[in-house]
Parts: sequence; C-alpha cells; structure tokens
Amino acid sequence: MTQPFVHPYLPNTAPDVKAAMLAAVGAASTDEFYADIPEGLRLDRPLDLPAPFVAEQDLVRHVDGLLGRNVSTRERLSFLGAGTYNHYVPAVVDEVINRSEFLTAYAGEPYEDHGRFQALFQYQSLMAELLNMDVVNVPTYDGFQATATSLSMAGRMSGRRGVIVASDVLPDKFSRVHDFVRTNLDLTVVPTVNGTADVAAVAALATEQTAAIWVETPSYSGAVETAIRQLADAAHAVGAVLVVGTDPVGYGVLTPPADQGADIVCGDIQSLGLHQWFGGAHAGFIAVHDDPRFVMEMPSRLFGLATTDVPGEVGFGDVAYDRTSFAHREDGKEWVGTAAALWGIAAGVYLALMGPQGMADLGETLLARTRYAQLQLSAIPGVALTDTALHLREFVVDFSAASVTAHAVVDTLRAQGIEPGVAVGEYELLVAVTEMTGQGDIDRLADAVASVVAASDTADTSTSNTEEKSA
Amino acid sequence: MSLPIAPKPALRRFHQARWDEPVIFELTTPGERGVLVSRPEPGVREAVGDVVADLPAGMRREKPAALPEMGQMRVLRHYLRLSQENLGADFNIDVGQGTCTMKYAPKVNETLISTPKLTELHPLQDQGDVQGILEIMWSLERAVAEISGMHSVSLHTSGGSTAIWTNIAMIRAYHEANGEGEQRDEVITTIFSHPSNAATAKAAGYKVITLYPDADGYPDAEALRAVIGPRTAAIMITNPEDTGIFNPRVKEWVDLAHSVGALASYDQANANGILGITRARDAGFDVCHFNLHKTFGTPHGCGGPGSGANAVSEALAPFLPGPVIVRDGDRFALDSDRPQSIGKVAPFYGVAPNLVRAYAWIMALGAEGIKAVAETAVLNNNYLMKKILEIPGASAPYATGRRRIEQVRYSWQELFEETGISSEEIGIRASDFGMHYWTSHHPYVVPQPFTLEPTESYSMAELDEYAAVLAEVAREARETPEVVRTAPHNQTVHHTHHDDLDDPERWAITWRAYQRKYFS
Repeated sequence: MTQPFVHPYLPNTAPDVKAAMLAAVGAASTDEFYADIPEGLRLDRPLDLPAPFVAEQDLVRHVDGLLGRNVSTRERLSFLGAGTYNHYVPAVVDEVINRSEFLTAYAGEPYEDHGRFQALFQYQSLMAELLNMDVVNVPTYDGFQATATSLSMAGRMSGRRGVIVASDVLPDKFSRVHDFVRTNLDLTVVPTVNGTADVAAVAALATEQTAAIWVETPSYSGAVETAIRQLADAAHAVGAVLVVGTDPVGYGVLTPPADQGADIVCGDIQSLGLHQWFGGAHAGFIAVHDDPRFVMEMPSRLFGLATTDVPGEVGFGDVAYDRTSFAHREDGKEWVGTAAALWGIAAGVYLALMGPQGMADLGETLLARTRYAQLQLSAIPGVALTDTALHLREFVVDFSAASVTAHAVVDTLRAQGIEPGVAVGEYELLVAVTEMTGQGDIDRLADAVASVVAASDTADTSTSNTEEKSA
Repeated sequence: MSLPIAPKPALRRFHQARWDEPVIFELTTPGERGVLVSRPEPGVREAVGDVVADLPAGMRREKPAALPEMGQMRVLRHYLRLSQENLGADFNIDVGQGTCTMKYAPKVNETLISTPKLTELHPLQDQGDVQGILEIMWSLERAVAEISGMHSVSLHTSGGSTAIWTNIAMIRAYHEANGEGEQRDEVITTIFSHPSNAATAKAAGYKVITLYPDADGYPDAEALRAVIGPRTAAIMITNPEDTGIFNPRVKEWVDLAHSVGALASYDQANANGILGITRARDAGFDVCHFNLHKTFGTPHGCGGPGSGANAVSEALAPFLPGPVIVRDGDRFALDSDRPQSIGKVAPFYGVAPNLVRAYAWIMALGAEGIKAVAETAVLNNNYLMKKILEIPGASAPYATGRRRIEQVRYSWQELFEETGISSEEIGIRASDFGMHYWTSHHPYVVPQPFTLEPTESYSMAELDEYAAVLAEVAREARETPEVVRTAPHNQTVHHTHHDDLDDPERWAITWRAYQRKYFS
C-alpha cells in the first residue's frame, strides 16, 4: 500500500492533522477551497516536472553534482571584472549575513526587528563616511538601478529632460539606464578623450534644458575621472546636478566625489564584502547631501534614529515614508520593494572590519598592482594601453599592433587556466586587478600574453607603444 | 519549590534579546584593526613607486574616512548581538506578513549554495566552466514555464517590484514594436493588486487607472469595461488579490483586454495557493512574474536580495531581457543576439544563490509536493480564518461565507470602534509574544486592516498559538487597554517616537548627520 504524501516542509500533510483541520472548517477536501476557480481554468493533470529528490541526501547529491561541474575563479587565475569583481570577503562578513535571524527576516517593525534597522542604519552611516555625504539609502537592486534612479531624481527635481553622459559607460549599464529613463530623459553621449571626460565639450553642451551631467568613475575602461570639480561647475552653471556613478572601493585613498562638488553619488557595493556569485550579488547605493529637495526624491527606504520612552535607548524608524510607493502607490517616487538589504548589511560589516586604515591600504594596493599590471603588459611589444588616465583597478590593453585579437588572447590563455580579462573590442581586453591578484599572478599573466603575441607571425613590433607615465 | 516543574502558561512568556548595544561608531578604539589587507609586494613597489603620493592634484583623500576602528571579535560580537535583536522567520510563527509568503527556507539549500563553485564564479567566465549553474538556471526556467504555462522565462531580476517593472517594460516594447506605443498610454490595475503594479506603470510613463472591487469584494468586471479601450496598454492585476479572493471572471478580464488590443499582465508574486491548480497562460495572460523569495522558498534577507522570474507567452518572448540561456544537446550557452529585447534589467543573470535555492526547493517537492504546498497553504489559511473570526472584534470583509485562497485581509474595525485600539497598536503588542504582525498595504480600503498568510510551513498547533495571541491582545484592548497602548514591553526597545523622522531639520539618516545636527 502506498504511503500518504507527507513532506518535511509541510507539517499539516500528516493525515490525522489534515483531517482534523478539514473537519474544523467543515470541508470535505481541499478542493472546496477552490470553488471560485472555474473548472475551465483548473489544471486537469499533474505539473510536468522532473521527479523530485524528496530525501534530503538525494537532493544534496543531485545539486552538488550539478554545481560540481562549475570551475570557479579559485581554480583559475582570473582578471575578470566588467561589473563583478573578485575582492576578498572577510569570514566575519559571511558569518553575520548567514545568521538565520538576518537571513530569514523580512519586514518586521523597529521593535521585533531592531537589529535589522540598526544594521542598515549603520550601513548607511558607514557608507556616508566613506563617501563624505550625509544621506545614503537602504540599498536598491544594483548599481544600474541606482544610477537610473539618480538621473531620474535629477529630472524630477529640475523638470528637465537632458542628461549629458560625460564618461564611457559599461554598455550593459547604459542599456539598463536608457530603458529605465527614456520616457522622461534624453541621454546625450559626449565622447571621452584619453579615457576621461571632454570637459570643454560637456560644458558647451550644458544648457537650461540639462537636468544632469552623468560621470562614471572609474569608467567602463577603468579610468578615474580627475575633473569632477570642473564637471560639477559646468552642471551647476546651468542649474543642473552632477550625478557620479562610482565604485566606492577606492575611497579609502581617493577623494570622494562629494568633496569635488558631486550632488548625487551612486553605484554598486558588490566590491565591499560580497562574493562574485556569478554576477548575482549586486546592490545599489544612492548618496546625497542632507537637503530635502534631494532626499524627498529618493524612492528607497531610509532608516533614521529615533528616541524611545526610555532615555539612552537607540530607536529607529522610516524617514519620510510618505515619499514611497508603499505609502502612495503610483504617487510615490518610483517604487520601493524587496531589493538588496542583506547585501547592505554585508557591506556595513565589511567597512567596520576594514576601518579607515583597511580602506586606505586597499586603495593603495589596487592602485599599485593595477599600475604594475599596466607596466608589465604594456612592456610587451605590440601591446599598448588605450589611455594614460589614472586607473584604480581596471584598464584596457590593445593588441591591434600585434594583430592578435582579444578573443584569441582569451582563448589561448583560457587553455592555460587563465581568464585574462573581458574582450571589449576586436583587439581590446579589459583587465581587472584586485588585492586577490598578486605580483606573481600578474607576472604569469604578462608572460602568457607575451607568448601569445610572440607566437603571432604578423606581430608588428615596430609600432610605438603609447604607454607613458600617467600624472 | 521542587520538582515537578509547573505546567507552562497558555501563552509564551517571550522576551526579545536586549543587548543595549551602542551605534557602532561609539565602539571605536583608535589603532585597532578588524582585518588586514594584502599589500603591494616589494617588487611591485619598486616598479610603480609611491602610487598614492603620485596621485594627480586633488585626487588624494585628505582625511581618512571616519570609519570605526575595531578589533575583529568586537565587530563580530556587535553584529551577532544585533542579529539576536532581530526576529527572523526561522524564529517566529511568521504568518503576520500577509502577501509576503513567509514560508520555510530549507536549511539544506544554504549548504548547497555555500560552495566556492558558486560563490567564486564570475559571470563572464568561459561558458565551459559554468555549465553546472547554467543547467540549473535553464532547468529552473523550464519549471517556471511549466508552472505558469508560459513559453519563456527570465530569471534576471532581484526583487518582485523590479520584475513587475520588467513586465511593463516588455509590454511597452511590444506596443512600440507594433506602432502603438504612443496610442496606448494607460494601464489598468486594481486596488487590491500590489502597489508596485501601479508604481512601475507610472515610472514607465503610463497613466494609471485603479479599479475598486464590487460590493462583494470581487474585482469589478463592469468597472473594467467602463475604462478599457484603445488607449489601454495593459491590465496589471493580482489574482487572488490581497484579500485572498480569487477573481472567478479573470478569463473575462483577460479576454476584454485582448479584445481592445491590450495585454494582460499577471502579478504572481505570491502564487502559493494556486501552484499546480491553475496557470497564468491557461487564463490567457501574456506576461506574469513570480517572486522566488515568496512562493519558491528562498529567504527574504531582511528585504532582499529576492528573485523575480518573468514568464511570457511566445509572442512576448523576443522582448525578454538578455541574454537568454539556450540548450544545445547537453551544452548550455548564453545567447545575447536578441534585437527586440528590452535589454538589461540587472547586471548579469539574476541572483544565482536564490536561483539555486529555488531550483532545490522545486526538486525537493516535485509536482505532487508543489501541489500539496498550495493545498496545504489554502487549508492552513481557511483554518486560521476560522480561528481569527472567532475573536470578537475581528472580521473578514467581503465575500462573506466564501472560502479564501492563500491569505485573508481582516479588519479590527469593530474592536477599534469599541476600544479605540488600532490595528497598528495590536501589532506592536503582538510582538511582545514573539510574533510579527503587519497591518497591510496602503491605502487602508479595509479599515484597521491586517493580513495573515499562514503558508504551508506552520503546524496546526502553531496556527492555534498565533490566533491565541491575537485573541489575548484583543482581550487586553477591552480590559487593560493601557497595556496595549504602551507596548512594546518585551522588546529590545520601547515605544519609539516618530516625530523627528518626518522633519528635515531633525531627521538623522546617518550617524554623521546626527552628529552634525545635534552635537556641533
């Protein structure tokens, strides 16, 4: 005789319990509960799904088997970036966000979920110190969304449609931002010069119709924008705002954009204590000054300090909740919903562990190893850097003088267990260097690239190398 | 007193952890370090010089970031204490967050995702190195397609509302491709559909028309007929609605939309009561989405990351976000050659850990188990409804005497009129018993609302306990209302004052703003 279906995730499938519950509500079967669903809409067959692994050990074996076919960046030497970066994640970060209390919580009040409110308030506050800004949101989905929303905020504040794109933007990010804002904003791209903004051209385009100038730093090509101040001045001269999309990982050592006149600073926090997760661990921040004109345009939750009935107790609550779609549906600012809170808690733990010295050290390590990689690669005949801008962590090398395509380099090096970077053009390769790639790793990359180039019969070693000392 | 131990009282004597932990900036001790960073090797330094000193003028940070300086264990202890001051779904009978499907997120799934073969995977690696995860994602897409009846699925979004955005973005692109982008500038939704259906449509540039239910609480087909027309881009609706009432005329709604050339978008964020019972495509819907962090058992993470699964008909498939996963024999690949795609909706391919969890959830249950999830969730809901309606002062407006699907929007209006105690106050007091309770989405069409959704995860005894707590708080509201008004009493912190949170002069959104406003 077949056993009744009883599943560990479904306590009330126990036959006696189920019978008692049905009896309590006066139903002969669960079918009665679906009386409002017309017969014609009822699925009259079982779902066509693979046979399950109802025993936990069988499920583990199955899923482990599938994931076991992956070969991770731990088993390869990886210089991949282009939006997801291989930074070190301290063990304490994982310990905290894997706590069941945080992992499985959702939307409790500031009482039973005091810890969530404090952890996220602290995330906001720690990010604010790194960025030198007074307001940071509870994270939105990712840096793409954060940037799209930041530009939309500028549009709503000014009633204008114009956005001048002053930097090279990751194409996928541009795609996302464009589809999000296109009803309300027009994006005008100004080509960059030597990897960074053409300030004169941007300033010349700025008019009374300009809502924002949008800068990315580091840009798609990894170039750090050094003319934020001038771009901010150009925006402010026409009553527009400067929106800076960035990765906060460098601000232990680099001047934060707010110090140079940025009005809205936004981006992704994956670099701050989140694993790569196959590109599945992104969260977006939006930072502004403590000015209600800006704050009231933010769609996300903002957690703020509050007093309680007991002196000395630190309480929390939602700041300006009336901004949100939770309060006013389509009359709120864009919308708010489940986004990326746990990743925000992780980034907060990360910044608390790193402290001011850790972030300064990290910034220096990134600058130094990146510069080293630039020197090693550009020393190879036929391999050139595409610009002389300052680079924090990522840069583009050009193999055109060697007549070797970027895809050929990638294919050849992959066979040696090296992911040399992301092909971003026929001859261009985007190379990311982090604290995870040491001198020996960079030397191995350079040796492998040199072998590929040397093996190319058509290499034109007479082409001059554009490498110069930057700054 | 000596043994035996006295029996426990009827209600749990709960008290939340109360560590009285300061804000982290107050824990700083100059010079302490939480973690050290790999430093440039001597050979690197020799080659590149002093990169910080060599930064261009104005690019070197002048003052170090004012982050706290703490030893590693102190950081750990601080955050572990905060975690204890948080009531995760693993700890409570989390039926009080109706519409959000707070079900069990199986622990085995946490062990599955923790492998470096997932955590340390880069999205742009050689596709030969990522076959395992691609197969899981492809298989999950196929399962969602079967559960919805749809043709194609994208798993890219990281939350339900961004999945709803993706629905309307695809609808917008579809009408534009047909030359009707300008003409169709309205979206119709219902008040008991999630607010993000209205909000995302507005953000996409549409005028939003919101319909209210008929006298019995059912979506009003006549009201729809009155507003739908050549300007309608889509109807965007939830079913069952937030009331737990299933629209029996839903097919008529969809047909009406199609008759004027509009599309029908189905918010299935919470499909928990109808898995394997009825499918979106079978009712004619063109687009739908599921929240994997609701229906498919991935954890809610304090508010994300979640996962949205967008499912579409064959006609809408070209508009899905790219890239899509294609299968060729036993090989899986990413296909970005999709000219009509709305483009990217997320940096890469979705929240990989949640996709693995959702896949594992489905594979632990199978077709029979998934249907049992729906039937059990609905049984639990109707059982809990009976318990709640036995509490004097509680009611379930609309569709009197009818069964509900997976949740019920209740009202304390009678109790409020009798005692002046609001639903919000009842919820705060309920937390003193170790329960979470949420009022409902705004606006409060149902007065003094609360929405309970017991899912399939809680036992009959636990549902009894939850109902007993609400009965007790309702009794207190009548007999000792001050106890309710001054709640919470057993929480980490006491009654919190909200006035400062809405005043730009006084709000403190970060520690540095607080210091500047109050101490400088």
